[in-house]
Amino acid sequence: MDNAKGRVFKYGDNVDTDVIIPARYLNSSDPAELATHCMEDIDKDFTKKVAKGDIIVAAKNFGCGSSREHAPISIKASGVSCVIAETFARIFYRNAINIGLPIIECPEASKNIDAGDEVEIDFNTGIITDITKGTSYQGQAFPEFMQKLIAAGGLVNFINEGK
Amino acid sequence: MGMTMTQKILARAAGQESVKAGDLIMAKLDLVLGNDITSPVAIHEIEKMKVDGVFDKDKIALVPDHFVPNKDIKSAEHCKCVREFARRNEITNYFEVGEMGIEHALLPEKGLTVPGDVIIGADSHTCTYGALGAFSTGVGSTDMAAGMATGQAWFKVPSAIKFNLTGSLPKDISGKDLILHIIGMIGVDGALYKSMEFTGPGVASLSMDDRFTIANMAIEAGGKNGIFPVDDKTIEYLNEHATRKYTAFEADEDAEYDQVIDINLSELKATVSFPHLPENTHTIDEIHRDGDIKIDQVVIGSCTNGRISDMRIAADILKGKHIAKGIRVIVIPATQAVYMQCLEEGLLKIFIESGCVVSTPTCGPCLGGYMGVLAQGERCVSTTNRNFVGRMGHVESEIYLASPAVAAASALKGIIACPADL
Repeated sequence: MDNAKGRVFKYGDNVDTDVIIPARYLNSSDPAELATHCMEDIDKDFTKKVAKGDIIVAAKNFGCGSSREHAPISIKASGVSCVIAETFARIFYRNAINIGLPIIECPEASKNIDAGDEVEIDFNTGIITDITKGTSYQGQAFPEFMQKLIAAGGLVNFINEGK
Repeated sequence: MGMTMTQKILARAAGQESVKAGDLIMAKLDLVLGNDITSPVAIHEIEKMKVDGVFDKDKIALVPDHFVPNKDIKSAEHCKCVREFARRNEITNYFEVGEMGIEHALLPEKGLTVPGDVIIGADSHTCTYGALGAFSTGVGSTDMAAGMATGQAWFKVPSAIKFNLTGSLPKDISGKDLILHIIGMIGVDGALYKSMEFTGPGVASLSMDDRFTIANMAIEAGGKNGIFPVDDKTIEYLNEHATRKYTAFEADEDAEYDQVIDINLSELKATVSFPHLPENTHTIDEIHRDGDIKIDQVVIGSCTNGRISDMRIAADILKGKHIAKGIRVIVIPATQAVYMQCLEEGLLKIFIESGCVVSTPTCGPCLGGYMGVLAQGERCVSTTNRNFVGRMGHVESEIYLASPAVAAASALKGIIACPADL
């Protein structure tokens, strides 16, 4: 997997899938359309400011609530290259891996990285580097099974390769 | 080492003698579920897979329930996509408007979820079926697609928190108060990645509808699943509903738990979750102490509290009275069968005479879809399951989660209240 590199958008605890992509937009399943409303109810400027490669850093339980895969889809389609959090809600965690949105758990990085910092993530080593501050953190590596899933490009390709 | 109830079910489905927390397993699925929001995404995904149709047309349930009857053109297109997929693949358990209900109330009622099952659903409240002693958990659309194609899903075997229940619920206190109390105690990530196993002598006093409500909201504590033992009440329910044979599993006596929490049901009070997280709980005494909270709307329904017991509780409180001036009250029986039962028992008449509207089954207002969207600054007491920012409408609206008894009493008073206040 290639490294992720970009500017940080920072959020707190329990960012739920209703604020990531409000249900009033779930009458669409088009990634590009969903991206135009991403994070709307928690950060109305997100869609205006986000650039390809940018990174979301949040605290505990990111992605809690509804199982809507539209949430990681809208984040991925916004151009975000990785989400770093202290912990992820379990359905969001599965969904992100299944659709190929890189995510990484790292409490120290979540605590110390600030909004606007330039950050790089090496997925092979799990090392997160805050270029702005000149600090780095060891993120939680994926279990081997999930690495295979991610390497295949998500669950659909993984299953197709197994056929 | 012994296994929890969940671990025993997962071991069976993985074809293994035993499993332990942290193991990654591939499990056979007994049912795969989707709705009108999550299924279209899954259908796009399954079409990318090199598979010939679905793994078993009898083990898939498709329930358009969120935005139906179609709320707008885009929703209509989604429903059409699901309908055509169901037709093309001859899905046995597709439920069209007229026979549908809110999925997590409908499937147990139709007897499609039984003890010992491994069930995934592309809806986070799929954990509801744990009330029947099944392992069931919410997933996303891609997992649903893979499940429909292969009949399997991967799981990381969860550890568990044991809730040892004693005593019995006081008058006007229900399973909703218990689960809100638990979420308030352990937090919205208190059971993250874990099973919540409800056990102890107090379980016997809980009705099946209470158990559905409790298991339904396991996800609101971050839980992977919530699960109840199979007892006489479960068997009585299954005798009436089950369409399949089943195996009841029990936790081993020496099963390991991360934590054991004792709860005396007799001590519970009416509990309300304040905006904007389900863990932000207050008892009715605290609410009375801190001053009146005026409300604009009440919703009684949803996969959490739209069953016949919920309707009876609300009707019993509303009977012969009228809701407070300026309040809107929306009552939504969760399935056509519940709706019909309300009709036969005279509950619809009570609701309408007291000033409520009664809707056909839909998830609509719970997620701010339609049928009760909130304006800026409005407050709603709702028997639903989430009170996140903007969940039911405007980002500056507020949701107070409560039991049907509190919701009905609040409707009469125009402020958050319990039946004892009337």
